[in-house]
Amino acid sequence: MTMDRRGFLKLAGFIGLAAGTACARRVAGPGSRYTTVDGAEDAKRWAMVIDMRRFNTAEDYQRVIDACHKAHNVPHIDNVRHEVKWIWTDTFEHTFPDQTHTRLPEALTERPFLLLCNQCDNPPCTRVCPTDATYRLADGIVAQDYHRCIGCRFCMAGCPYGARSFNWVDPRPHVDHVNPEFPTRNIGVVEKCNFCVDRLERGLPVRCAAASGGGIVVGDLNDPDSEVSRLLARHYTLTRKPQLGARPNVFYIVDEDVVRGEEEHVG
Amino acid sequence: MQGTGKNLAAVAIFFLIIASPHLINLVYAKAWTGPTEDTPRIRAMADKECIESEGWMRRNHMNLLLSWRDAALRDTDRIYVNGRGERYDISLMRTCLGCHSNREEFCDRCHEFAAVEPYCWQCHYAPEQVAKEGWR
Amino acid sequence: MLAKALTGGPRYYAWVALLTLLALAGAATYTHQYHVGLGLTGMGRDVSWGIYIGQFTFLVGVAASAVMLVIPFYLHDYKTFGKVVVFGEILAVASVTMCILFIMADMGMPRRVLNVMLHPRPNSILFWDATVLTGYFTLNLLIASVSLYYQARGDHHPKWLNPFIYLSIPWAISIHTVTAFLYAGLPGRHYWLTAIMAPRFLASAFAAGPAFLLLCLLMVQRFSRFDPGDKAIRTLAKIITYAMVTNLFFLVLEVFTAFYSQIPGHMTPFAYLFAGIDGHNLLVPFMRLSVVLGVVSVVLLVPSRTRNNPTALVVACVCLFFSLMLEKGFGLIVAGFVPNPLERVVEYWPTGPELTIVAGIWSIGLLVLTLGFKIAIAVREHEMAVQPQPQPQGA
Ligand code: HEC
Ligand code: HEC
Ligand code: HEC
Repeated sequence: MTMDRRGFLKLAGFIGLAAGTACARRVAGPGSRYTTVDGAEDAKRWAMVIDMRRFNTAEDYQRVIDACHKAHNVPHIDNVRHEVKWIWTDTFEHTFPDQTHTRLPEALTERPFLLLCNQCDNPPCTRVCPTDATYRLADGIVAQDYHRCIGCRFCMAGCPYGARSFNWVDPRPHVDHVNPEFPTRNIGVVEKCNFCVDRLERGLPVRCAAASGGGIVVGDLNDPDSEVSRLLARHYTLTRKPQLGARPNVFYIVDEDVVRGEEEHVG
Repeated sequence: MQGTGKNLAAVAIFFLIIASPHLINLVYAKAWTGPTEDTPRIRAMADKECIESEGWMRRNHMNLLLSWRDAALRDTDRIYVNGRGERYDISLMRTCLGCHSNREEFCDRCHEFAAVEPYCWQCHYAPEQVAKEGWR
Repeated sequence: MLAKALTGGPRYYAWVALLTLLALAGAATYTHQYHVGLGLTGMGRDVSWGIYIGQFTFLVGVAASAVMLVIPFYLHDYKTFGKVVVFGEILAVASVTMCILFIMADMGMPRRVLNVMLHPRPNSILFWDATVLTGYFTLNLLIASVSLYYQARGDHHPKWLNPFIYLSIPWAISIHTVTAFLYAGLPGRHYWLTAIMAPRFLASAFAAGPAFLLLCLLMVQRFSRFDPGDKAIRTLAKIITYAMVTNLFFLVLEVFTAFYSQIPGHMTPFAYLFAGIDGHNLLVPFMRLSVVLGVVSVVLLVPSRTRNNPTALVVACVCLFFSLMLEKGFGLIVAGFVPNPLERVVEYWPTGPELTIVAGIWSIGLLVLTLGFKIAIAVREHEMAVQPQPQPQGA
């Protein structure tokens, strides 16, 4: 069989169209449709600024961590190997291992930093995922589809920030307070901070930011008047491991105030 | 013909095996009690209607749920508007199980009868039931 | 033809029974792991791949043994390998079987494995790895069984098989390259982020695979009436020598770059493997042993006097095999995760159940290998009975 150019293009177009409709086919009743929540339709570019000046006592950190972990039914597992963490703390030298040296001010090195998924612009985890179970949404959020994850843990090897946890054991017995709004996970899938995508898309505030008393600000980088844009314009901020090219969207304010530290910092 | 008896026996055994589910059911099958829609939220409804018509839901709810899942997680569509113009928050636990809060007498009873075991319940759950009884 | 796999002496049955038993133990343990989760293993949040992925990586290498026979025989018409090339292909089939089983054992959601093909992502190396591995498996299964089938009837393999044979050569290179790319492209995993990862994989594969095959062939020589021939074994030994020397050379290159540059990220994984960091030194004895075994094997392999001495050759191959098994099947993977991205050291050690599953998978692989070899030997012995002076067959 021979085929001319037009014939080929026609066939290719037809196959493409068929494949497209097959993928986009979404089940809905007669006359029904899908849509976004009102007000959440304008293009955003989400980012987070962690204002380290506002984190001074152990409670400041714990409040934020609890708010997130309780809301998302993150299990509390004591065995370090099986831990699941969406947001947690570590010291400066472990948070910014490539931006550290031995003569940093004590106020900086002794202060815990909050760590979470960086919602990178160029995320290695989505690059390596073989099933598209983790993917970047147009608004910058790196989402995780627990329904498609095969538990290969390639994303954990790929993530240079240690932001991903695997469910080594059944998490349910370790969920102390059940938030009935959110599902749990099961053994065998990888999970991580979802930037409260389910809430942002419904116009609700991000959990950790809401609990932080202003220490964590989430907003739209596309909007020059948003609070994150203004904070970033005014302060010296760090991102983790910038040299790797993942381009994180979680920024840490480490201005003079933070470095000076006064007596308030926690050990 | 030689071996006819053996052949007949083989055929009989074959049919016995094929028919075994029916034979077992003759003895053990229980009459099906359909799913109950008797929950506080449904009792309070004026027109007791599901998101779509009952027949449609019965036939299509599994595919609807998968579409809901993909719409919410992959395409950021969190709202489902049905033909009557009613808007529903796309959420298995809040929306479906909000009305059908009796998961065991509704979803499970039907699934047990149909011998399907949706694995969704490894992560999703009926909020009210778990609040009362904890994990099961 | 398959019937030939089912007959043998009491020693053969005892060996098969032992392997079956181990395989069953592995399967039972795996069933348990399937239900309680991978928490049963020694892996954890920080070292999230362990001995399963290590053994997988190592066995991708062993699968290469075939190509080291296929190239000389089919491309250079090196007739000496005519009678043994099929053993290489059978070893490839057995190794890839184990590779696939190790991947399955490591998977958190094995029942969803088809998602890799249902939602393919060409930018994920794992997708390509799944593709090339299944391809290599199919190619070798096809080539080995078709050529044995025809040889059993006293024929050459049919012409239509040739394209598949030639395809299997670049394909063998691809499975290593792609497997190396799994690791070599990850930002922030210093130990793996090296351009010579793929060459290193190839070198170690072309040493470990043929070494294992050589041991198998010596066993065949001993226990069956089929003699692969001293010349074939000597040539194989030479191939192994070159590959192993290259492999050690590459290791030296890595060590030089890390320590001459003095970049901590590149030095610490080596320090962890060979000296330990802050008292974390679980792997140290094994990695040191690996180097010692590797050096011993080279010392025995390089001088032709020892290389051509059967006993020394066996010792050298055993040393080499275990050296690379420790290095690639274990240390390489763990050192990618230690220290972790936050520069903290969390160690890994496989658990009993984990090792049982490893033993089970090896047993399944060895079973496949034994049955395959049994058939091939039967065909060879039959040939010898029919034609007292067999002609080597060429393409
Ligand atoms: C591995 C755990 C897991 C399993 C199993 C699972 N889900 Fe989910 N599912 C989740 C999580 C977690 C979310 C919330 C993700 C988010 O909103 O960011 C979710 C969200 C959803 C959503 C959209 C939003 C919502 O809140 O309901 C639907 C619909 C859904 N799942 C349906 C299903 C169906 C149907 C099944 C079974 C076929 C299933 N899920 C199985 C974990 C799971
Ligand atoms: C507003 C309350 C409400 C919500 C929300 C709701 N249902 Fe229903 N559902 C009903 C009522 C009432 C019925 C009774 C049938 C009727 O007459 O339409 C029903 C019937 C059904 C049936 C058919 C049962 C039968 O006997 O054949 C299925 C299946 C079903 N629902 C599934 C779902 C699923 C899945 C969801 C979520 C996508 C859902 N329902 C959400 C109220 C609700
Ligand atoms: C009227 C009986 C009935 C009720 C009520 C019902 N289901 Fe189903 N469901 C079925 C049947 C039958 C199937 C199997 C369909 C098939 O395999 O083609 C099914 C399949 C499913 C599946 C797909 C499972 C799989 O493995 O493919 C999901 C998910 C599901 N149901 C969710 C629900 C939820 C959630 C509810 C309760 C809100 C519910 N169903 C209530 C009859 C019912």
